[in-house]
Amino acid sequence: MKSLEELQKIKERALQRRKLSGEGSRARVVVAMGTCGIAAGARDTMTAILSELESRSITDVVVTQTGCIGLCEFEPIVQIQVGESDMVTYGKIDVGRVPELIDGHVVGGVPVAKWQVRK
Amino acid sequence: MAYRAHVIISGDPQQAQPVTVALLDEIGLLGLSNEIEVLAATDLTVATPSIEAIVYPDGVHYRDLTPDNARLVATEHLLKGRPVQNLMVQEQAVEPLDEPSTKEVRVVLRNVGVINPESIDDYIAQDGYAALGKVLTEMTPDGVLAELKTSALRGRGGAGFPAWMKWTFARNAPGDQKYVVCNGDEGDPGAFMNRRVLEGDPHSVLEGMAIAAYVIGATQGYLYVRAEYPIAIRTLRVAIEQAREYGLLGKDIFGTGFCFDLEVRMGAGAFVCGEETALMESVQGNRGQPRTRPPFPATSGLWGKPTNINNVETYANVPQILLNGGAWFAAMGTEKSKGTKTFAIAGKVKRTGLIEVPLGITVREIVYDVGGGVLNDKAFKAVQTGGPLGGCIPEKHLDMPVDYESLASVGSAMGSGGFIVMDEETCMVDMARFFMEFAQEESCGKCVPCRVGTRKMLDILEAICAGKGKPGDIEALETLGRSVKIGSLCGLGQGAPNPVLSMIENFREEYEAHIYDKRCPAKVCRALIEYKIDPETCIGCTRCARNCPVNAITGIARQPHVIDPEICIRCGICAQVCPVNAVSVE
Repeated sequence: MKSLEELQKIKERALQRRKLSGEGSRARVVVAMGTCGIAAGARDTMTAILSELESRSITDVVVTQTGCIGLCEFEPIVQIQVGESDMVTYGKIDVGRVPELIDGHVVGGVPVAKWQVRK
Repeated sequence: MAYRAHVIISGDPQQAQPVTVALLDEIGLLGLSNEIEVLAATDLTVATPSIEAIVYPDGVHYRDLTPDNARLVATEHLLKGRPVQNLMVQEQAVEPLDEPSTKEVRVVLRNVGVINPESIDDYIAQDGYAALGKVLTEMTPDGVLAELKTSALRGRGGAGFPAWMKWTFARNAPGDQKYVVCNGDEGDPGAFMNRRVLEGDPHSVLEGMAIAAYVIGATQGYLYVRAEYPIAIRTLRVAIEQAREYGLLGKDIFGTGFCFDLEVRMGAGAFVCGEETALMESVQGNRGQPRTRPPFPATSGLWGKPTNINNVETYANVPQILLNGGAWFAAMGTEKSKGTKTFAIAGKVKRTGLIEVPLGITVREIVYDVGGGVLNDKAFKAVQTGGPLGGCIPEKHLDMPVDYESLASVGSAMGSGGFIVMDEETCMVDMARFFMEFAQEESCGKCVPCRVGTRKMLDILEAICAGKGKPGDIEALETLGRSVKIGSLCGLGQGAPNPVLSMIENFREEYEAHIYDKRCPAKVCRALIEYKIDPETCIGCTRCARNCPVNAITGIARQPHVIDPEICIRCGICAQVCPVNAVSVE
């Protein structure tokens, strides 16, 4: 890092990448992977999400992680954003719930209301 | 012969049969045939055509059973008592949260749970490292100090020493080599504020440390994190590596000639290593024991060199202050306590977890608005702040503002942010005993008053809980407590008596009830309570007798049962399993 301009360029690139259209992706899936999430099984949830997408040959979904969002009792927490719509937060997403969640929200585009922690 | 457990299997009889056979076979192999009864039932659910089972008395509901995983249930659950989570039926819907409390403010936690902690680009997208860039290219160290002074940021580790003053001392201290250290040895039971910052937004801490290094003239920094935080340590190492790749750590940062690098040091779990001088001993590879102060770390810290040591949360605040200005920060909080503070709310409260609120918020607002109120709507009794070295805040101070001075004025402390809510069923003697046991075990042994005093105080508290308290115990605790406080070098000894002293001050009558009446008003201390079955209410279902682990309950079916207090170990299982609430505690 040699100058403020260089930092600014990285910032703009990162912001661009954050827009789903910038990467040609249809959706973003974020798994909370703090200690609380991992203790509740977030690693298994993450693996299940990746294999679920793979088995459906879906490649235009960004799967990423974040830290604790402060709702530890609802872990494992998964957040899904489709297109430019708002991010939806789901709670207690264990492995068994992953297929229905991917099917409903990522593929079908309709949030799965019964597992949403915040309306 | 009473069975210890019953397994009820349901499903299509033809499909269920091999599962039942396998389960019975495995139970036989494990030698549990006399303890566990397997029963068949009609369908438990019609939702899915699966073989299901419910294990009583636990009430664990399994689905999709095959002969193989039925054997697994037998070995794991029936033999070892560990329910097989992934075979259990999960409850369907998540109960949605109400709207988040508007009383929370995100400064320290603004990126946590928002960015990917393992992506430096994600942090930079949130104006990350812009503060460091601004400081290095546009500001003098004195300019940074002036901004910090305006912000009035105080140390978030507990003592609340003004950050700008600490940095100034280290800056002015003569020395060829200086260090910055981050205290991430979060040791208070139930506190995890710093872990969340380190795991969720590691670069904010790195950036804050780099700014401190520029101000005091340090080139090397250490992050001291306890080994119990493996994910935080890994995340930090990834962050440090990424920052080095971008040249945000290392040599000639932003082309200004400023050099700074960082290293993570793992603590081995001693509570005393959260004390700044013991922490530095530990970083140096020595036994974690506090040093005599003065000299303070600012003049003689790591390897005798001038060192600035702050808490994780203090550093995480710094980039925000420099980007938004000290006045922005000082607009939050009270006259003497500015900004926000993270708290880990735990205990008997509806919404446990981690919060960030502006200082000056009242205890009532934290418990009832942010925390959602006392669990099961029981009566509020007190809040313990400051962890095992803090004190309790009773109900009469519910409307007190949470800031450094107010908490100290009632005998408690800010500490690093533990916030344990206690309800009417919390025994203040038992609670004090718990904290004293913690402090006693963690005393490093260097100072005699702390080493011996905490042991003696614990002995007295244990005796009171066991019904062997005697007149004079309360006074002895007070005298000992004062001696331990004034006779100890570091915060551990100086703080260890605080919970007991503040609980005696606020709940003296509870201590007296234990000692003189041999009564535990909160019905917690086992030696002072007795379980009884009301013969009028008891329906003689035998459930309590079958579940009693020591066979203390006798009675004939359909007739009132009786508990033998001599055999009873006061585990409370009978009260839990009684279908008609006939068991009471006295």
